[in-house]
Order: sequence, then structure tokens, then C-alpha cells
Amino acid sequence: MIQVRWHGRGGQGAVTAAEVLAVAASKDGKWCQAFPFFGVERRGAPVMAFTRISDEYIRIRQQVYKPDYVIVLDPTLLEVVNVTDGLNPEGMAIINTTKKPDEIALDTQAEVRTIDATTIALEEIGKPFVNTPMLGAFCGATGHVSVESVVETIKERYPGEIGEKNVKAIMRCYEEVKK
Amino acid sequence: MTEEVTTGGVIYEPGNSAKTKTGGWRTFRPNFIHDKCKKCGICVKFCPEGIIEIKEEGAVADMDYCKGCGICVKVCPFQAIEMEVEKK
Amino acid sequence: MTTRVIEGSQAAAHAVALCKPKVCAMYPITPSTHIPEELSKFVADGKFDTSFIRVESEFAAMSACVGASATGVRAFTATASQGVALMHEVLYAAAGMRLPIVMVVANRALSAPINIWNDHQDTIAERDSGWLQLFCETNQEVVDTIIQAYRIAEDERVLLPVMVNMDGFTLTHTYEKVDIPSQEEVDAFLPEYNPKHAYLDPERPVTQGPFAFPKPYAALRIALNEAVNNSKDVVKEIHDKYAEKFGRRYGNGLIEEYKNDRPISIVAMGSVCGTIKGVVDQRDDVGLLRVRCYRPFPKEEIKKALEGKETVIVFEKNVALGMNSGAMYSEIKDVLYELEKRPKINNVIGGLGGTDVTMQNINNFVDRLKEADGKVELLRGDPNE
Repeated sequence: MIQVRWHGRGGQGAVTAAEVLAVAASKDGKWCQAFPFFGVERRGAPVMAFTRISDEYIRIRQQVYKPDYVIVLDPTLLEVVNVTDGLNPEGMAIINTTKKPDEIALDTQAEVRTIDATTIALEEIGKPFVNTPMLGAFCGATGHVSVESVVETIKERYPGEIGEKNVKAIMRCYEEVKK
Repeated sequence: MTEEVTTGGVIYEPGNSAKTKTGGWRTFRPNFIHDKCKKCGICVKFCPEGIIEIKEEGAVADMDYCKGCGICVKVCPFQAIEMEVEKK
Repeated sequence: MTTRVIEGSQAAAHAVALCKPKVCAMYPITPSTHIPEELSKFVADGKFDTSFIRVESEFAAMSACVGASATGVRAFTATASQGVALMHEVLYAAAGMRLPIVMVVANRALSAPINIWNDHQDTIAERDSGWLQLFCETNQEVVDTIIQAYRIAEDERVLLPVMVNMDGFTLTHTYEKVDIPSQEEVDAFLPEYNPKHAYLDPERPVTQGPFAFPKPYAALRIALNEAVNNSKDVVKEIHDKYAEKFGRRYGNGLIEEYKNDRPISIVAMGSVCGTIKGVVDQRDDVGLLRVRCYRPFPKEEIKKALEGKETVIVFEKNVALGMNSGAMYSEIKDVLYELEKRPKINNVIGGLGGTDVTMQNINNFVDRLKEADGKVELLRGDPNE
């Protein structure tokens, strides 16, 4: 079983991303669970969401304390939240930022990858929607969920032009995160 | 004796309170003086038991349910009702 | 049938719509809000034919359900916490009038202090109301239990309202795979509701919910007590029929035993049982007895499942204040009293106000209490406690 923790700000779509990742994993034939940090969310406040993915049925329902992966949608969170808290040293942190991994000092032994998802989102979607592009980054960096399933899920949820634009952003992040 | 009850206490013969005649305990009874009665109907509206009606001859009470409260006497503008002791 | 990854509340709403209640009287309250939201969306989309009444309070919601059910139609509502508390008076009326209403409760803590998260205090407070109470572990079970609940409630041997309890947030806000049965499958299992008993009809007047003098009152309470007790067999029977048709089984419908052939047994209800099963899988000394049907309380089944245990640990998410234990602890003790050789029994109260219950917590309390007897512990919510 792998556990993913999403960090974002209220309104950025961390919960939706966690859910889309679960739906996509299910399309890959896996078991999944996604849930928000149960809080009183408001726009702009730091929020968390979680995805569990497994080849086996998932029984446990405790919160995620030791994620294998953390995905950070907003680089300013690095100053206010310890995003690598409990992160598996063999796991990975994927951060949306213009900086290179060695330019950000994170308290973790895990691998850190960065991607400028905001710029990609602005170029492809025309709006700073970074949650869907970061799904592409997760697929590209980890291979735990197929990008095809993520794309299919996005097209189902957002049919038409908006879905296509999201898919372009997802695919760019999917490729770029591998570099 | 065990009480027989229906599921949920449903009453299949609703409106059965009319079967209980409540007039028996009165001490006074109204006497309607039809010569003075103008059939105005004020007593009908004020009767707390709702048992007075206006007939051809004037106001008439259903004595099965009249408790003898005397409100009809107080409200009659024509002194057409008097209270008298119930003869038992 | 379709398999979907959806939120627990959405799954519950799908199950409700499949049961075709004619009246849904609802007042949104966290964490149950997504259920009326989703149902009203179905109505707006023309997919769900119901009188959706946006009432002014939970008291009105349950009152409207009582009125609707008394006219002989299926009624539904969902609520949580203070909403359940505000319904209190009407819950007793619904049960006493023998109205087969189904309600989903997204279990949440009670004030004060105000708190929106999960525990079981809200429905434990209604345990003596005459409502049947079924506690679910997963969102799949919520779907299956809602469909079963209408058939149980409307069974002529039962005629009682049923509460389907799903943990607030832990289930209501969690996305996971759920099989949603088709309308045809549900129609075949749950026929249209045609009450044979009395209901309000101008052509055939009856009085429902009348005043009762002491002796008929006592007789009606005795009949209600009997009906709640006797509903146990129907809960089991309908669970079995559902399992035959849909292939999903939750123990025997009353209790579920998971590797409960071990010397220590944890007794618990709701979604925390999933996490307990995770612990049971890692150890060889402890098993789980999950109480699915809390009312009626399946005493005989529980007694059999706990006979011969060395230690029983009752884990629960409520406090019976002044008793210094959880409500179910006393009830399990009551059951064990009848055994010739009684196991040691301890109580852990946790998950209050949404505090997380971790595998570490469970491992720790099992280690602490396996030799103990009569100990009551209250957890503060530290994940390593």
C-alpha cells in the first residue's frame, strides 16, 4: 500500500486531486481510498488531503502519519507547514515551485522533485489550476498510477475543451518531471 | 385482565369520544325561553361544548353533553335563557 | 450494478434514491450535509421523484417524516449530532407509532463544546427510543444497509423505524470503491411499499398517535419492547436474503466476527473496526467482534462469540457520564454475567470528538489491558497514546 499526502490551500483543489488519483488508481485495477483532512476548510487556509492505493482491499481508516509521497501544490506552504513530516525516507516529495530541488531546504532524506506547474497551468489552461497538472507529475515521477487513467478520469469529469486543456497540462508535467 | 391494544395504538373507530355522554354531572341546566329567543346565535358561538343549535322554535341544547356552565345565560342579550337546578 | 469510486455521502444518497422514498424531509447539518445535497441534485436533474421538503429544523424534519409515514408512504431523512438531539421527542413518537421511517445518521459528537467530528454519542443517546440501530464499517455497507433497512422497517413483523449509522467524515467524506446496485436489482429485493397496517386515509379514517390511559400505555410499551426484541430475527433474515442476492455479507447481520478464535476479543462498532482488523491481521492474540446491530442488542449471539475468551476489551466512542464507562461496556458485562466462567473485561473509550484512533493506539491498549480486569481507559487522541 502507498500513502499520498496532498498539501494545498483551500480552493486549490487538493481534495479533488486526491479523489481523482483514487479514481484513476481504481481504473488501473487497484483498491483506493481518498479523504480530506477533516477540518473546517476555508479558502486560502492550508489544507491536506490523502490518497491510499493498494493491490489489496484497504481496511484501515486512521489518518496518514507516514506518507510515502507528499505533493505540494503551493510553494508558499513550505514556510508555514512542515510538509515532509513523517515522510518515508524512501519516498518522494513533489513540489510545485520555480526553484530546483537543491534550492529548497527540506527536512527529509527522501528524494525531492520540483516542477513549475503554475507556469504550465497558465500556459495550457490559462488559469493557475495546479491540482490536475500535479497529478501528471505524480504519475511521471512515481509510476504508481498510469497517466492514461488520470487523463481518462479528467475527461470524464470535465468533458470538452476545459478537460482537453487540463490533459495538455497533465501530459507536460508528466514528461517534465522525469527530466 | 390484559389490555388488548392495536399495533402502534391505532384507533380504528375515530371520533369515539361522542360515545361518552358528559352531561350527567351537571347541577344546573339551561332553560331556553323560546318566546324571548331571537335566534341570533350568540349562545351557539359561546357554548364551550358546541352543543347548541338554532332550530325552528329557537335555540336548543343537546342535554346529553351540556355541563350546565351557564355561559349561554351570561351572553344572551335577550334574557331568553335561565339556569335552574337540575332535577335528578 | 456499477462500481464507482465515490464519496460515502454520495453512495448513501444513491442507495436512498434506489429505495424510492416518496418524501425526503431534510435539514442539512455537518457531516450529513452532502446527503441532502446529492438527493436534491437528483431531484433537480429529474432522476428522483420525491417530495423533497426543505424543513426549518431537524425537529420539523422528523415530524414531517412521521406525518408522511403515517399516510402510508416511504419517508427518509438524514442528520447528525445536534440534529439527532433536536429530534429526540419525535424519535420516540415515530417508534411508538410504529412508523417504518429510515434515517441515516452521520455520527458526530454532541455539544458542549461544539465539535463537528465523529463519535457515537448522538445515537447512543437515542438507544432507548425504540429505533433499530445498525452501525456500518464501510461505505459499501452503508449502501447495502440502507436498502435492507427499508425492508426490515416495513416488515409486518417489525414496523419500526431504523437508523443507519455511518461515521461522520471517516465514512461520509471518504472516497472509495462502492458497488451501486441497479434499479431493477433493488426493485426485485425491495418491493413497492403497500402497507397492510393502518395509515391515514380520508376514505377510511383512523386515529394515529392517540392519548392512552395508564393500562393501555403500559400495554403499548410492552408491545413495543417485544417488537424491538423480535426484530432481531428479521434483521438477520433480511441480511441473509440480501447476501444471497447481492453476494455481500456482514457477519450474520447482527454481529461480525473477525479472527475471533483468539484469547483476546475487542468489541467495537463502526468504521474503527477496519483499523482494528488491520491490527488483528498483525497479531496472533487478538480478534474482533463487531456489533453491527446495536438495537436490538443481540445478546445471545454476543454471549456465544465471547464465551471462553480470556479477556474482552470493549472499545467505544461514547461516555455514559456518571457511570465512568461507555454505554456498551455495561451491556457487554450484562451479557457476560450469564456465563459460568466469565472473561476479564475492560473498557476503552476513544475517538471522542473526531480524535483519530490509530493502529498504534489499538496495539497499545491491547498490550496494556490483556491481563487487566475491570479497567476503564479514556483516550485523549494522541496517535501514539
